[in-house]
Amino acid sequence: MNGRVIGLAVALVALVTLPYWMPGAYYINVTSQILFYAVFALGLNVLAGYGGLVSLGHAGLLGITAYAVAYTLQAGLGHPFAILVALVIGLASMAVYAVLSLRATGIGFIMITLALGEIIWGLAYRWISITNGDNGISVHTRPEPFDLSLNSPTAFYYMTLVVLLVSLVAMTVFVRSPLGAALMGTRDQPRRMNALGYHVWAIRFWACMFSGLLTAVSGILFVYYNQFISPQALDLTSSAEVLLMVIAGGAGTLLGPIVGAALVVIVKSVVSAYVTRWNMLLGAIFVAIVVFMPEGIVPGSARLWRAARRRFAPAVKPATKSGARS
Amino acid sequence: MTFYLLLTVNSITFGGLLFLLASGFSLIFGLMRIPNLTHGSLFMLGAYFGATLVGGMLGIMFNFWVATLIAAALVAVFGAIIERLLLRQLPGQPLAQVLVTLGIAFMIADFGLMVWGGDPINVVTPGSLTGIMRLGPLVFPIYRLAVIAIAVAVAIGLWLLLDRTRLGAMIRAGVDDPDMARVVGIRVSQLFTIVFSLGAGLAAFAGIIGAPILSVYPGLDFEMLPLALVVVILGGSGSLIGSFVGSIVIGFIYNFGQALVPQLSYFVLFLPMLIVLLLRPQGLFGKFVP
Repeated sequence: MNGRVIGLAVALVALVTLPYWMPGAYYINVTSQILFYAVFALGLNVLAGYGGLVSLGHAGLLGITAYAVAYTLQAGLGHPFAILVALVIGLASMAVYAVLSLRATGIGFIMITLALGEIIWGLAYRWISITNGDNGISVHTRPEPFDLSLNSPTAFYYMTLVVLLVSLVAMTVFVRSPLGAALMGTRDQPRRMNALGYHVWAIRFWACMFSGLLTAVSGILFVYYNQFISPQALDLTSSAEVLLMVIAGGAGTLLGPIVGAALVVIVKSVVSAYVTRWNMLLGAIFVAIVVFMPEGIVPGSARLWRAARRRFAPAVKPATKSGARS
Repeated sequence: MTFYLLLTVNSITFGGLLFLLASGFSLIFGLMRIPNLTHGSLFMLGAYFGATLVGGMLGIMFNFWVATLIAAALVAVFGAIIERLLLRQLPGQPLAQVLVTLGIAFMIADFGLMVWGGDPINVVTPGSLTGIMRLGPLVFPIYRLAVIAIAVAVAIGLWLLLDRTRLGAMIRAGVDDPDMARVVGIRVSQLFTIVFSLGAGLAAFAGIIGAPILSVYPGLDFEMLPLALVVVILGGSGSLIGSFVGSIVIGFIYNFGQALVPQLSYFVLFLPMLIVLLLRPQGLFGKFVP
């Protein structure tokens, strides 16, 4: 536990001082991407990790908030109003999304969310009078909270970092709250929870809303970072990417999605600098992680390491073995 | 009036294609309890293979129907390999199996882009079926009518297979109750491979048959997958008649939606699914809630 606290403190100091030792704006921007994708992954983790509800349409929800910001700004309204509208619309869409998809759990939930996500994508792509189709909508300015301009990479980075830290604290509070415990109960033993008098559906619904809030926040960061939104951000690849972040880092853990977001964003930026075959690699990583490390990279590599040591070091004395176990 | 009649024929044609795609999807889902997210990719892969064979490979120009059979067989073998090598490794973990099919779908999408490029490939309508048929003031492209005939023939064939043969009886037993089927000595896991391969072959077949109408292009895979999903949610999983009715309904809604409200065409697709989910979550003809 002590080691963990020290590790977290070091990570926090590294993140806060990052603009001072990171060479160049490009890398600061990559880190900003990691941070807002981490917020998105935290949002999906509420459902996929703690609720056992794997959503494959979350990019659609992120897209709805992003489009809401872009559309409100295009209509000539101010940033605070745009953010407010985006949050309201994001949460309202999440409520509809939840009511429809919570008709089922498990595989059925995946199917419905996938279909819903694709329908949102189809709307963004085809409803040209609202979304401008494939050309997307540009957002020309960033908000200026407390008269601080967010135009420089460093300023935007700190903004994103603050949002991520707040989200992480909210996530911790949620997981330790009675609602969080009840959600994990519905994931593991839905029938027993029902028999104990919990309203399983309502618990899942509120978990969806919390997930929707984090998703909406990341959608707002997403559109202000890119200053552009097009249907490509809503497609199935994007939904799968964020699911990969959650699963790769470790679903149902607090820090896993952040590690996963870092992994996916870094691999994606590095790979796309050399080749354009990102989807092939994404698919391959997906298959490899699901087949070999379904519990996520960090716990998974520890398990494989232990297994490898057991296999390749058969000469371990029994005394050492029991010592390792204790 | 003519416009609507033509639209009706197009809808039934598209419904026929959807049936070829969704019947395999529904069988796989009914038996293995996993939605095969590579299904749209197999459709696209079949179409690409067919286009390559028809367009000429190694200096040989294949006849359209020969190309269709070869490409469908190739994809069926590919499906069997996926099932044997990957899905079989994750028994009793439907979630992991779904995610693996999703990963493979991305790999196929990129593979298609790598080999066949980003431009749409048109497949020439087979010679004997080009031209039009006149019926009074109406004009129908013969090929579209032929697609309807093929879909109906395949539907009857599938029905005979499922309802009249020993293999079909085993598959039905596996869909209804996999555990009991195992107890009475049916090798259900072997059925998995057969059904997965059959579904893959059917999807590829639909892809090639549809290619002269839809052409083949990157993104076709994830355009067809949600349609197959919606058909199965609507019709009910594991039910042949459900896939048939669902496909025709979605065929109509898709085509009429695109003609009448093009901007909202995806949205109107979602309405029947919504109504069915609210009133009858197992689908119109389904036996279980997924």
